[in-house]
Amino acid sequence: MKGIGPVIKKIPKLPDVKNRAIRLSENAIKKTQKANRFFLEVGEFNLFFWLTVKASFSRHFEFKEFLRQCYLVGNKTLPLISITGIVIGLVLTIQSRPILVEFGAESMLPGMVALSIVREMGPVVTALICAGKIGSGMGAELGSMKVTEQIDAMEVSSTNPIRFLVVPRVLAATLMIPILVLYADALGILGSWAGANIKGDVNIVLFTTQAFSAIGFMDLFPAVIKTFFFGAAIGFVGCFKGFTAGRGTESVGKAANESVVLASLFVILIDLVAVQITDMLL
Amino acid sequence: MEKEHNISAQADSATFSPKPVIDIHNLKIGFDNVPVLRDLSVQLFERENLVILGKSGSGKSVLIKCIVRLLNPDSGTINVLGEDVTGMSSRELAEMRKKIGFLFQSGALYDSMTIKENLEFPLKRIKKNLTQKEIDDEIADVLEDVGLSDTLNKMPSQLSGGMRKRASLARTIVVDPMIMLYDEPTTGLDPVTSNEISELINEVQEKYNTASIIITHDIECARATANRVIMLKDGEVYLEGTMDEFEQSADELIQSFFKPIKMSPHLKI
Repeated sequence: MKGIGPVIKKIPKLPDVKNRAIRLSENAIKKTQKANRFFLEVGEFNLFFWLTVKASFSRHFEFKEFLRQCYLVGNKTLPLISITGIVIGLVLTIQSRPILVEFGAESMLPGMVALSIVREMGPVVTALICAGKIGSGMGAELGSMKVTEQIDAMEVSSTNPIRFLVVPRVLAATLMIPILVLYADALGILGSWAGANIKGDVNIVLFTTQAFSAIGFMDLFPAVIKTFFFGAAIGFVGCFKGFTAGRGTESVGKAANESVVLASLFVILIDLVAVQITDMLL
Repeated sequence: MEKEHNISAQADSATFSPKPVIDIHNLKIGFDNVPVLRDLSVQLFERENLVILGKSGSGKSVLIKCIVRLLNPDSGTINVLGEDVTGMSSRELAEMRKKIGFLFQSGALYDSMTIKENLEFPLKRIKKNLTQKEIDDEIADVLEDVGLSDTLNKMPSQLSGGMRKRASLARTIVVDPMIMLYDEPTTGLDPVTSNEISELINEVQEKYNTASIIITHDIECARATANRVIMLKDGEVYLEGTMDEFEQSADELIQSFFKPIKMSPHLKI
């Protein structure tokens, strides 16, 4: 009898087993619900994408709204893009110059900076800024329209809200972001010239000639093409998050926040794919 | 001869009995496995103001959102002007929605547009053949009807709550709907403005010959507008009748809507 005592003590009491089983099943349910929500959102995202593509090819294109959105997208971000473009060029030049001087390759500075701005820095930084500015703006605007039943009102008055609200915004972002990127690239090269003149004296014509002679068609073309995808992703994600916002005012902030995060992630992933494709082609 | 007499009697009854413009049968809808409407059957007749009363969460707004298919019911049929909206394609639904006006609880005016643009928006899309002059005239007429002639170029944010409701009502009636659905039209308004909105609802019915469903828990609004009243409770019709029948009912739930609020003795000064 003495030997059995310790063995019995090791067996967990019945209520403990029951509680543990309940906790385990609760955890399993929570994880399943999380997975369900994720797959539901992926499904919603695909459906929304399909409806947007379908509405883009509809006969009734909202041209006036498209022009208004182009103006808003361009106008909203222009000052920010201008400052960023100049700063990118300036910083890249100030940081690269000492190393190039050390190797006696200072003359390569304009070409090197121009290449890194045109191929990578200009498109990615501009797109990330647009993701923050335009993506969050679209998410918040459409989210607030959803909360105040304006999207429902549009639907009830026989207007397809995707055709009126989403298609012009996505197309405006797709068209305007490449233009903004080219503008940022130009300002970046100008900033780089300003940076080169801090510790030296370089003629602007000579600097730009050297910069542009380093850029080939296969540097500029893939870089511009990927910016169309950046624009489409930013516009689409902003609209999707706004459209699928919940009913409370809290969801407007959440939609804006999630738009920025998801759009930035998409920009980086698209850039990764674009770099791989360009690498294979070259 | 007898057969002829029966037919003529039937014809007479057909002439005089009001036709249902909305006929809902066994409507069921729920969210997250919680039923909201359970086997609900309701009819709305021509040129009738049907008031639907009920506590919050009884499914009143869900019901009218099902009628315009902003929400899809789980089962049941909703016949609007003789056609079942539950099985309609998106194109057929868009055509049907042109005949229905929906006044949202929040007004739902488009923030980024002026009042004129708000009214132009449905008008240009529903009545496509109108010239700009005709559009301007229609907008001016409707704004005059709701007493907002001087707000044409104002933004919704520049208007008071009551004015926004009236502008929203103008946007709804500008396309001449046959059926009006009002979702709590007087919520959040002071008693004077609420009375004005109730009068407007009656004026719209008289001028445009509309049949209306008015969702409310404002008894004064119900008194002013109702031809018939339905009370919903837990997604089912609890009681149906005239406003007088409701006021005379001994039922505790019904009376709770009509009783003045008792002040707690602790709050008395």
